[in-house]
Amino acid sequence: MIRFENVGLRYGMGAEVLRDLSFQIAPKSFQFLTGPSGAGKSTLLRLLCLSLKPTRGLITVFDRDVVTLPKADLPALRRRVGVVFQDFRLLDHLTTFENVALPLRVLGREESSYRADVVELLKWVGLGDRMQALPPILSGGEKQRAAIARALIGQPEILLADEPTGNVDPPLAKRLLRLFVELNRLGTSVVIATHDIGLMNQFDARRLVLHEGRLSIYE
Amino acid sequence: MSEHATDRGPGLFSRMFGAILPSRRRARAGNPVSAPIVPAQSIAGKSLMIVIAIMSFLACLTLGAVSLVRDASLGWQADIVREITIQVRPVDGVDTNAEAQKASTIAASMPGVAQARVLEDWENAKLLEPWLGSGLDMSDLPIPHLIVVELADPDAVDLIALASRLDKEVKGASLDDHRTWTDRLKTMANATVIIGVTILGLVFIATVLSVIFATRGAMASNRDIVSVLHYVGAEASFIAREFQRHFLFLGLKGGLLGASGAAILFAVLSFFIGRSIATPEGDQVSALFGRFAIGPTGYLGALVIALLIGVMTAITSRLTVYRHLASIE
Repeated sequence: MIRFENVGLRYGMGAEVLRDLSFQIAPKSFQFLTGPSGAGKSTLLRLLCLSLKPTRGLITVFDRDVVTLPKADLPALRRRVGVVFQDFRLLDHLTTFENVALPLRVLGREESSYRADVVELLKWVGLGDRMQALPPILSGGEKQRAAIARALIGQPEILLADEPTGNVDPPLAKRLLRLFVELNRLGTSVVIATHDIGLMNQFDARRLVLHEGRLSIYE
Repeated sequence: MSEHATDRGPGLFSRMFGAILPSRRRARAGNPVSAPIVPAQSIAGKSLMIVIAIMSFLACLTLGAVSLVRDASLGWQADIVREITIQVRPVDGVDTNAEAQKASTIAASMPGVAQARVLEDWENAKLLEPWLGSGLDMSDLPIPHLIVVELADPDAVDLIALASRLDKEVKGASLDDHRTWTDRLKTMANATVIIGVTILGLVFIATVLSVIFATRGAMASNRDIVSVLHYVGAEASFIAREFQRHFLFLGLKGGLLGASGAAILFAVLSFFIGRSIATPEGDQVSALFGRFAIGPTGYLGALVIALLIGVMTAITSRLTVYRHLASIE
């Protein structure tokens, strides 16, 4: 699904922030991406979600080489990858429903064609009664779940989540993890970037550990 | 879905032109309307609309002025080319009256000439009155005789042949076909048109630049929205459309406001000049510019300019968004 071979990345003329990364993310797999702050987790996530290109090495996403990929093909590939940002990135002027429906709206679909799906997903993540609320009045946990729902509504083949439990209390973190696990059981690959050891200990999964730009893998 | 986004009902302009917007079409189809992804409030709309209105006003004024001068110049030329003058200067030992009559007969015999007439002494005296005063005895003065030749069909008259015959058969005769004047008028009219087109071009360039700056500003203030749209897989064309929709609306609104202002100004000027036509000042203006009316074509031109500015605004914003997106990929 996603393959890295000897990937290195540097910003401008600076030192390499990621060095010689080689790994694969298989279909229907579940993994944690972890490491200390500044190890390069967010940069690796940016490479995975196609917003950065490596300065060396090979990255293939769904069998396409990202370096030679034409710009026009990027949106279609991005739609196969769901991303949950640490800061949620919900649009404050849109309701929860509209935020979650955004990936379908950008496809040019009519609201009537996706309304039932969005409502069902919002109920599944526990936001059935917050559909008309604007993000500024949602709690941290609600925002997180709305961001997750937005990443899932397009039925992506892989979900990338950056510190999804960073802003929530432990019970909610546990609930969110269960949501990710259930999603994985339904067939979606999941990569969760976190430095929450407690969260990782709750579910036995592959761990990708970044340290000073290098990757160690614990199956 | 978007009760929060629209506290006020749509304005008159929105009701008139909103039908072209996709969201309005959905609303008419009975489906709920989602809030715009790029909120209208996030675009510096009012100031851009005022700039576009001013540009549109100036463009319409320029167009009106150019068409007014051009029409007036064509009118003058049409009058002048329908008349030529033969001058018979006094020559010692020659009867100038007889020569003038001969020149008149020759001119009248040419094809395309309606009539030729020797000006009477009192008409000559009237022409010279501003310089020599009244009560002159013309017979004492060696002034040339003038023959006014009116042309039925200016294209059918062979002026070279007429000049050649006059040169051979009439002593002291010379032909003035006013070509110098018509050439000057043509040059003036052409220069006016070129200046007008240059001003129009500058106005359009200034409008395009204003829209580019405004679009860049809008893209910068909506950076988060553009970033999210990218991550959820929006095509560049979709993002461009979201911005273009606002700018088309702004462009049309500003363009029509400016054009309406110019049209009202022309109508008011035309009305007041029409009323003062009997006064000396009014006579002077009407002698230069006719009735100072730009006519239906002028008003149509103003409408075309307004629509052109609207469309140009939308296209410019679209291209700017594309360029911006290409630079951040």
